[in-house]
Amino acid sequence: MILVFIEHKDGVLNKTSLEAITAAQAIAKDINDRVSAVIPCDDDKGLAQEIANYDLEKVIVATNPKLNVYTPDGYADAWAEIIKREKPQYVVMSHTYQVRDFAPKVAARFDREVLADVIRYRKEEGKFVFTRRIFLGKLDADVVLQGEAPYFVTFQSGAFRPDKAEKGSAKIEKVEVNVSEIRMSPEEPFQETKSEVDLTKSEIIVAVGRGIKSQENIALAQQLADVLGGDLAASRPICDAEWLPIDRQIGSSGQTVAPKLYIALGISGAIQHVVGMKNSQVIVAINKDPEAPIFDIADYGIVGDLFDAVPVMIEEIKKLKG
Amino acid sequence: MKIVVLMKQVVNKDAVLRIKADCSWIEESDVALQTSESDGYALEEALRLREAKGQGEVVVCSVGTHAAKSVIKDALARGANRGIHIINNEPHKLSPYQTAKMIAEVIKGENPDLIFTGLQSDDLGYGQTGVILAELLGIPHATIVIEIDRSSLSDTLRVKRELESGWYQWFNYRLPALFTIQSGISQIRYASLKGIMEAKKKEIKEIVMDAPAFSSAQKIQKVYLPVKTKQTQILGNGDAKRGAVELVEKLKNEARVI
Ligand SMILES: Cc1cc2nc3c(=O)[nH]c(=O)nc-3n(C[C@H](O)[C@H](O)[C@H](O)COP(=O)(O)OP(=O)(O)OC[C@H]3O[C@@H](n4cnc5c(N)ncnc54)[C@H](O)[C@@H]3O)c2cc1C
Ligand SMILES: Nc1ncnc2c1ncn2[C@@H]1O[C@H](COP(=O)(O)O)[C@@H](O)[C@H]1O
Repeated sequence: MILVFIEHKDGVLNKTSLEAITAAQAIAKDINDRVSAVIPCDDDKGLAQEIANYDLEKVIVATNPKLNVYTPDGYADAWAEIIKREKPQYVVMSHTYQVRDFAPKVAARFDREVLADVIRYRKEEGKFVFTRRIFLGKLDADVVLQGEAPYFVTFQSGAFRPDKAEKGSAKIEKVEVNVSEIRMSPEEPFQETKSEVDLTKSEIIVAVGRGIKSQENIALAQQLADVLGGDLAASRPICDAEWLPIDRQIGSSGQTVAPKLYIALGISGAIQHVVGMKNSQVIVAINKDPEAPIFDIADYGIVGDLFDAVPVMIEEIKKLKG
Repeated sequence: MKIVVLMKQVVNKDAVLRIKADCSWIEESDVALQTSESDGYALEEALRLREAKGQGEVVVCSVGTHAAKSVIKDALARGANRGIHIINNEPHKLSPYQTAKMIAEVIKGENPDLIFTGLQSDDLGYGQTGVILAELLGIPHATIVIEIDRSSLSDTLRVKRELESGWYQWFNYRLPALFTIQSGISQIRYASLKGIMEAKKKEIKEIVMDAPAFSSAQKIQKVYLPVKTKQTQILGNGDAKRGAVELVEKLKNEARVI
């Protein structure tokens, strides 16, 4: 058996779970096994029915009133019980913030750890070899699992396609699980005050990263944005340093954008940034490190100093626009 | 109040990485080293909490080679009270469970009220050493903590977690608890000259420890440069100014986006 985690908020599916289903189905094919989905919740609000439309052995609804909101303690107890019942070979999840929060805890209960944030896998001599990005995306590592099942694997967002999850019809099984003491009490989730700029509507974005060096230099990027009629955005460290307000941040903890043109100045291209802009129509990267991961997704690249390139770009664009 | 902060030494962000001939790891002999980014924020948060409380002790713990001593010394210069250096000559071979197990052995006896770690190391990025440690110690945890309500500190503490896409959530925890700290939580202080002088007198306990046996450790077989998936047109051939001229031309006439 392979178990796949279905993440949701009040019964509303987190779409990355469909990627996890695709991944789990692929692994199942390779080892000739079946996949079952697990939904920890108080009330699944029809989600089990939705998930039952995929090619799965069964959808396990693990219920307990204490699972009405997410807590790492509650989810760990629920998972531990389901794993003991089902004795899975693999437990497959998407590498979301919630999974990062509870999956290592569950694994540790079984004296295991998580093979986390995997971008792809292959079968080699009957064994799986998983690939993870290391050194903030600069290198890949091939990693193998050792010891006995269960194996815990999480996949990076985008590693598998949600629309490739195979359809079918699964039975639904409701299991009342035990949840012991919950040692943390959550308040309501919230969004910070609405941002002043809506970068999702921008057609052209000039984004600055740590390569911009100082707050004063941001004026240069602003000039480029101005001549292009675009908006300024940034990677996380720039907002952390308060050189630009947080509503300019692009990435997993900031905004997700898809403009016609995205110009990344001195941004390395860490996955948490890339998920927020990879669907831009045309991506330009200016970076002095030829190995910077941002070049992996760029259409046009300049390997060199942004302080040489940007002033020339501004002049050239001015000429164009006459 | 006692706060243990985990800090890891990693290669410098801007270092050029050279892969070893046998592809087992990178050449570490002459690369610049630094503290993993989020660990610096974890320390800062611990110092601010101690200051807010007006008393307490901040203990820094690192598992690493002899060179990792500089991470601890730097933390002491910023204001940590003492350090624990678990010496291991090949920390990159430790799986997160093994690292957590070693740290658990050593800090169990410390009975800390709080443990702060970075949320993810800049080299191996397992994102789980702290969570496993909490489970081994039998204490609750929260990951990706982006704010701590310092005024709430008593036998409980209120922390703000970052969720995805600009969402946040506050949680109340009974102590002891472990939190993994996100970068950017508070501006990091510099070590003062006085701090550097005082650090020389502070204790650093050294413990030599081999990796504990752990049959389920994930094992790195090979490291290599990522295979490029997209054809990028590199412009200017190393001349950034020429590249800029070409780029504007391409954006106008080829991509037609300006
Ligand atoms: C849970 C989590 C959530 C995160 N959320 C986000 C998020 O939402 N958004 C985000 O951006 N990050 C996020 N991060 C952080 C992310 O992992 C990276 O640390 C961050 O994106 C790096 O920012 P950077 O590229 O600006 O800096 P660096 O990685 O330091 O890169 C700077 C780049 O500038 C180049 N450079 C330096 N000088 C010059 C020059 N003169 N000319 C040209 N190039 C130069 C360097 O070669 C380098 O590639 C998150 C991390 C975690 C763990
Ligand atoms: N060798 C180590 N020494 C001290 N702390 C560590 C070590 N490895 C991991 N940690 C801590 O655990 C956090 C998460 O690391 P990781 O699980 O590798 O992503 C780091 O930010 C550190 O705070």
